[in-house]
Amino acid sequence: MQKFHNRILSVAGNVITVSAEDVGYGELALVNIEGGSSLAEVIRINGSKIDLQVFSGGRGISTNDHVRFLGHPMRVSFSDNLLGRIFNGSGEPMDKGPRLTENLIELGRPTVNPVKRIIPDRMIHTGIPMIDLFNSLVVSQKLPIFSISGEPYNPLLARIALQAKVDLIILGGMGLKHDDYLFFKDELEKGGALSRSIFFIHTASDPVVEALLVPDLCLAVGEKFALNGKDVLVLLTDMTNFSDALREIAVTMEQVPSNRGYPGDLYSQLASRYEKAVDFENAGSVTILAVTTMPGNDVTHPVPDNTGYITEGQFYLHGGRIDPFGSLSRLKQNVNKKTRDDHRAIMDSMVRLFAAYRETQEKRAMGFRMSEWDEKLLKYGELFETHMMDLSVNLPLEQALDRGWMILSICFDPQEVGIKTELIEKYWNREIKKAKDEGLEFNVTFPEKGSGGVYMSSFALERDEMDSDIPEQVNRNGRNTANEK
Amino acid sequence: MSDNKNGHIFSITGNLISVDFYENVRQNEIGYVLTKDKRLKAEVIRINGNRAEMQVFEETGGLKAGDDVEFTSELLSVILGPGILGQVYDGLQNPLPEMAEKYGFFLQTGIYLKPLDENRKWKFTPIAKPGDTVYPGSYLGNVVENIFDHKIMVPFGFRGSFKVSEINPEGVYSINEPVAVLETPKGTQETVTMSFRWPVKVPVELYRQRLLPADPMVTGIRAIDTFFPVSLGGTYCIPGPFGAGKTVLQHVTSRHAQVDIVIIAACGERAGEVVELLREFPQLTDPRTGRSLMERTVIICNTSSMPVASREASVYTGITIAEYYRQMGLHVLVLADSTSRWAQAMREISGRLEEIPGEEAFPAYLESRIASFYERAGFVELHDGNSASVTIGGTVSPAGGNFEEPVTQGTLKVVGAFHGLSRARSDARRYPAIDPFESWSKYNGVIEKQLVEQMHSVLFRGDEINQMMRVIGEEGTTIEDFLVHLKAELIDAVYLQQNSFDEIDGFTPASRQIHVFNLLREIVNTPMKIDSKQQARGFFNKLRQKMLDWNYSKWESEEFDKDESDIRTLINEVSADAEVS
Repeated sequence: MQKFHNRILSVAGNVITVSAEDVGYGELALVNIEGGSSLAEVIRINGSKIDLQVFSGGRGISTNDHVRFLGHPMRVSFSDNLLGRIFNGSGEPMDKGPRLTENLIELGRPTVNPVKRIIPDRMIHTGIPMIDLFNSLVVSQKLPIFSISGEPYNPLLARIALQAKVDLIILGGMGLKHDDYLFFKDELEKGGALSRSIFFIHTASDPVVEALLVPDLCLAVGEKFALNGKDVLVLLTDMTNFSDALREIAVTMEQVPSNRGYPGDLYSQLASRYEKAVDFENAGSVTILAVTTMPGNDVTHPVPDNTGYITEGQFYLHGGRIDPFGSLSRLKQNVNKKTRDDHRAIMDSMVRLFAAYRETQEKRAMGFRMSEWDEKLLKYGELFETHMMDLSVNLPLEQALDRGWMILSICFDPQEVGIKTELIEKYWNREIKKAKDEGLEFNVTFPEKGSGGVYMSSFALERDEMDSDIPEQVNRNGRNTANEK
Repeated sequence: MSDNKNGHIFSITGNLISVDFYENVRQNEIGYVLTKDKRLKAEVIRINGNRAEMQVFEETGGLKAGDDVEFTSELLSVILGPGILGQVYDGLQNPLPEMAEKYGFFLQTGIYLKPLDENRKWKFTPIAKPGDTVYPGSYLGNVVENIFDHKIMVPFGFRGSFKVSEINPEGVYSINEPVAVLETPKGTQETVTMSFRWPVKVPVELYRQRLLPADPMVTGIRAIDTFFPVSLGGTYCIPGPFGAGKTVLQHVTSRHAQVDIVIIAACGERAGEVVELLREFPQLTDPRTGRSLMERTVIICNTSSMPVASREASVYTGITIAEYYRQMGLHVLVLADSTSRWAQAMREISGRLEEIPGEEAFPAYLESRIASFYERAGFVELHDGNSASVTIGGTVSPAGGNFEEPVTQGTLKVVGAFHGLSRARSDARRYPAIDPFESWSKYNGVIEKQLVEQMHSVLFRGDEINQMMRVIGEEGTTIEDFLVHLKAELIDAVYLQQNSFDEIDGFTPASRQIHVFNLLREIVNTPMKIDSKQQARGFFNKLRQKMLDWNYSKWESEEFDKDESDIRTLINEVSADAEVS
């Protein structure tokens, strides 16, 4: 049932109109353009006038080019042969491997029935304290990384991909710089993970429309693998480019724009992708980590704003660090109740004190005299930033918790941190407390960063003349530059 | 009207189709698009000449120009009858558990299941007697549904008065078996079963009068019950940026609210959040009844990736079911999360219809739609003299967390309480993040308004001083002011903030709120002999710690009394007056 149409009625941007009968909404067509061909998708039917969105763009299309309707919507091949392969936004191979045509599955499959979902309760350990301790990542979570251009979001994604224990990594690149694509490839290859990865890459130089298919390709394939029992991690970078592609099409289609030119259904469009994250009972799971760059560092921009309402939290990447303010994992309470009994207390109180530190910092910037309490906060903030927030800190959760207690013990008295007495008695660092009670000076050495995550603490307690009961001279051997990889 | 009125699809854009029709078509009538293997439900939303524009409640992929459309002459309706409680429906009242049983992991397009179990037998006890005169909504009989007496009523859609000519004796019947025969004034006979249909967009108004909401609806959340209360039959909204804790607040409310029935309309939000309810509620017991919480709950669930048009339907489905149970003399709470998604659904459709857009491209009728939804709440006196209520709490997800946007503003005009969540509070982990300075309520709470006002003014003053200290520094602040600041912080830390995940702190009964509030008032009113800020900070840190521990101790336990006397001792140490008793 091949239908040829060789009269293109109009070309506007990436949208062409042809006259045809018996065409299904969402159906795919092949447009033969001089020097090649491109897929196109039906996006509006008006009587016998069919609007198609051409994946390779409208440039060079001639009014007598052939359009052939394929009778099915966009599909992608699904099999284990996908592993280790790299495809473009139309699903065509980008590596030198063969085209895959067996076992085709449709994109945009139906939604999972909410009653078939289960409460996600498996934590994904990443070794990054700002994630594991403060905003734990959970299997089947959908989480964006909010970032401005220039932040190391792609290295962060790659690191999480490598350190997280998952069966399969699917990378979807939208408007990805070619360099970044190579970076991901190299990193995963170095980490030995390329053979369990699948790439769908739309680079910045590819036609805009192709970016629209990337999330659907990744998620359709990911969902299938999950149904076959695999834990799949889908990385999408960058969803703002995806949204911009949506906007471009919407404007071409003369839709009424809602906010900064984005279509009114931006929320639904994003949600239908993110909601593919799922944990199937007695099968595998799909976890989505996506990068959303915020134009002008503006979180109220429609893309990050809508995303925040859809996803289960967000990580703010700011100054090379995951900012504890605004960063949130909505599923963390599903997992952090059974890690260690002090997990939640440490998490809440450290962030609360860090907020107080930020206020004190402001006061100091305005030139106020610092009270004793302010001094404590300043010391705390500094230790927290260097030994906890810095992205190069690589610690398993338990050690990160111990480090949290140590930082608190160094800076504060037990009743100042607002933690239940029961926990204070159990975990407050006794050596430091003793030293402080006896007016001793002490050194605390935090280990070198990036030393394989092994953490050793050492206390050098020595008698000294002290005129203040604030512990001083915290040795910062461990400190290093924020940019170190 | 003829049964089979057909039309044909002319155009398709997203979920909007325009259909050529040949006979008569009603506005808001339901039609089905027929494809070779599916029937897709759609609603007429605009008629122009011989062409009707319809929103399809499903994905439209694969539809073709020329496909048949069958009109039904019926408006979008729900089926009301015993068996609704404990159910999980989608926006069109499809029972999702049954769907899962039949079709597995994924939802099916174009499949509509019966909302109520037609085979289940209910024990029916007649109330009306032959010869009685009855009206729409009059009680004919009774079946026991979970813990409630589910009244079998004269269908709301009947018009005028009727005489009961036959009524079944006590016995077990399924919902489609006739239980009574009514005689119309014209002498014709109408058979009544235990279930009937009602169009969702039409309010049920079968009551003697609406009364002013006066009794507080206790939620166990101190910030709400004490500071910004909600009355039974009232309306409130919770706007807040993402991550501020709207949904957690709604879930806690749905769990603890002192009402008979809770209907949760999860509208265009995350599926994961609904799952928490679905999996946890059957396990939780309702302390008031000792039964599973699910037995008093109905969940209408149309999550963000489910079709947009049924998102709009879901809030109406929820409120209609609420009105149905209200007619039985029950107090019902409807929680809609989030009304912004519903508004966005309207915006999507309006855009496709190419209507002239209002602010932020929302349709011009946005405000009136919001208003008419919230107006369906109310405290009413039924015809039998009993009172009943529908309370509505809606979350709003304002774009960019900015309350100036149309949905928030449209909602604020019509609600009686406003619980604004602030980013600053949630960033500082001060949960619930209800902003004490922006929020308001017109209702009466568990504590006298005057007393609350006094505490509120301490919070205000404390905040002012805090702002001032940022400019002039701590050293420029007098010790008196500094103490006010610390007192305000104390109220915030031990009263406004609450750990909703803790079994004890998560729910504070009204009596405990009054007790704790009174002690806090004493503390605030106690003149204190404190000379240095250092000493003040130390004292308040200790006091705060004690009072936090107190919050975690069981109400009316020994531990509770001991903590309280410790706190009083602490205060007496610094009190400038002799004793605080």
